[in-house]
Amino acid sequence: MNLIVRLRPVAFIAVLLVAWQIAITREAAPLLPGPWGVVGGMADLVRHGLLLKYVVASLFRVTWGFLLAAATAIPLGLTIGWYRRAEMALNPIIEILRPISPLAWIPIAILWFGVGDMAAIFLIFVGCFLPLMLTAINAVRGIPAVYLNAGRNFGLSPAHLVFRVLYPAVMPEIIIGLRITLGIAWLVVVAAEMIAVSSGLGFLIIDARNAGNRYDLVVAGMVMIGVIGLLLDMGMKSLEGIKSLQWGYSED
Amino acid sequence: MNSLAQPRSWEKFFWPVLATALLLALWHYSVIWTATKVFPSPLDVEKGLAELLRKHLLWSYIGDSLRRVAIGFGAACIIGIPLGLTLGWYPAANRVVNPALQLLRPISPIAWIPVAIIFFGVGDRAATFLIFLGAFFPIVVTCVNGVSNVPSMFRRAGRNFGLTPLELLVKVVFPAALPRIIVGLRIAFGIAWLVVVAAEMIAVNSGLGYLVIDSRNAGKRYDLVVAAILLIGVIGLVLDFCFRRLENIKSVRWGFRHST
Amino acid sequence: MMSLMEPALKAPALVTTKLSASHINMVFDRDGKSVSVLEDINLEVSNGEFVCLLGPSGCGKSTLLSTMAGFLSPTHGEIRIDGEAVLGPDPRRIFVFQERGVFPWLTVEGNIEFGLFNQPRSERARRIRHYIKMVGLGGFEKAYPPELSGGMKQRLEVARALAVNPDMLFLDEPFGALDSITRLIMRGELLRIWEAERKTIIFVTHDIDEAVQLADRVVVLSARPAKVQQIVNIDIPHPRDISSARYLELRDGIFKQIGLAHKV
Repeated sequence: MNLIVRLRPVAFIAVLLVAWQIAITREAAPLLPGPWGVVGGMADLVRHGLLLKYVVASLFRVTWGFLLAAATAIPLGLTIGWYRRAEMALNPIIEILRPISPLAWIPIAILWFGVGDMAAIFLIFVGCFLPLMLTAINAVRGIPAVYLNAGRNFGLSPAHLVFRVLYPAVMPEIIIGLRITLGIAWLVVVAAEMIAVSSGLGFLIIDARNAGNRYDLVVAGMVMIGVIGLLLDMGMKSLEGIKSLQWGYSED
Repeated sequence: MNSLAQPRSWEKFFWPVLATALLLALWHYSVIWTATKVFPSPLDVEKGLAELLRKHLLWSYIGDSLRRVAIGFGAACIIGIPLGLTLGWYPAANRVVNPALQLLRPISPIAWIPVAIIFFGVGDRAATFLIFLGAFFPIVVTCVNGVSNVPSMFRRAGRNFGLTPLELLVKVVFPAALPRIIVGLRIAFGIAWLVVVAAEMIAVNSGLGYLVIDSRNAGKRYDLVVAAILLIGVIGLVLDFCFRRLENIKSVRWGFRHST
Repeated sequence: MMSLMEPALKAPALVTTKLSASHINMVFDRDGKSVSVLEDINLEVSNGEFVCLLGPSGCGKSTLLSTMAGFLSPTHGEIRIDGEAVLGPDPRRIFVFQERGVFPWLTVEGNIEFGLFNQPRSERARRIRHYIKMVGLGGFEKAYPPELSGGMKQRLEVARALAVNPDMLFLDEPFGALDSITRLIMRGELLRIWEAERKTIIFVTHDIDEAVQLADRVVVLSARPAKVQQIVNIDIPHPRDISSARYLELRDGIFKQIGLAHKV
């Protein structure tokens, strides 16, 4: 019984795929590939050694942009969240920058870094920075005063207070923020690659179309993007399973 | 730390103004010190803005962007909210459909451009489709979560008072889920605003996103680029603010923990 | 002639003042309005004494306790402990919050160990064992707070506080979140621990029975702004019979002082 229930979502996807295939074969000269066409496209990419190369390129950029943003935005956000006046001061600037799509920074990225890896990494950095900083700010402000007071009561030095109370107290929320922001990074890298660089999964999509209407490769690229994005998300989610973090995830 | 004492009310204006002024000064002097010929200073940007206003293009571009967002977001609401509510109401259905959604969600709307162009051709419709995609998934997820998080005691009370399932959904579950849904809508709208700008950079010839990319391509007018970027930020902020007003309506306020 | 073999007369036990609060005033600024919370509080607490601060909700007794522990500075007046002015929180006087003060990312052992960073590993282990046994949390060493009940978390917090061997304990309505049965049990536990270790304890409560059951002296505070209305000496030895005449007399005295009707 359990197995049937588990298989239902798979069956659902299978139904969608079949419907898709039928819709394609109805068309006389289909521009869009059916599921089989996509598989063929992926095989093509693998044969030319491009699939791995593009996936690695995209992951490389995401990793760098994301880690740089995390390394700068989180400590900064924790500090700003700690000092109320700092948050008051920077709030308007943050609020204006927040609704700006990272892609709007493309001209500036190209101006400063030219077309290439650095520009893409910069865009990902821009896309991740504010969400991570806001997560950190909120996490610090959400620390119940009892924890900090207890820490001071036991005679902790300020440095110890940060490492032994503040840091563990914000961890659950920061990890959620990291997961969401990683998702954002993945969206940005694909878009950035479609505009500003010449490798990677995003580039594959735009290039496959421009260089010959190879829509089988286009959709193959989209599928890869979806799958890898999902895997990244699942990977981050597993961090939320760590026992000493569980307290932060109950719906209390 | 016997915390830095309660900030006074005047400080609410003082610190932001100070920080912004410092930032503008820093920007201005960086431009002067690095003697860059291309990157604009704050004053250049201001002049650029004035120029845009004079040229009458600005308002039509803003209008275009707003229009696309409205249509795309609206369509996402019309399809996504009922779908999300249904999936939230029938967890079994959600378990079946959810994995498919999770596979589609990480695909950037921008990646759909070639497919969108096939279906809609180059132009407005394709861009609107992308916005629809960008807003659709967050809306569905939020509605599912909103419904499934309605405390079971509310549902029980409803049944206790003899409500039919439909009445239960409309009179109890929906209002109870509404605060979360509205927050989700606001966030989805913010995403829609990000997507419209990106979509306009690639797929159409008008709108704020187009302005950003065109100002560079058509003559390295970086002052207009930065002016457009700032406009995008300000308008996005205003829209977000309007949305937040919705959260203040009394029948929804209870769902939000307001910080004093 | 007095024999040298006669037992010498016992000298009276030395009673020293542990904490002295003089002319404590506390005024808060809320949105431009001044709110007076504490008005001219004077109090002296002796070494090893168990004192209750009793008053209605919101009267300011928690503020007073926080001031004594050094988390807040009084607008006027001074707190001295062992003759030294109180300038901030100190591990020699530990504040026990309600069970929410327990660190949820540490196990029971981790929590108890928290303040012991200056102790060598062996001493830490010894104290952890000792206090887990004392508060009755045996078997839960590796458990995390979300897995514990309210009463267990409260006991954990007490164990954590005791582990650093403080002179004084401040307890702010520690049993407020517990059901009444657990509360009765916890009061007994607290007295047991107090008699074993004889710390100076200042305990805040709004429950008149709790105050009369636990304290040597009950400081009755008025509603906000809090003033010392009365200090009642509870001269019944432990264990106290809560149906004894003296207990009821003292309790009713406080009821009358607070102005409460005797029948519900």
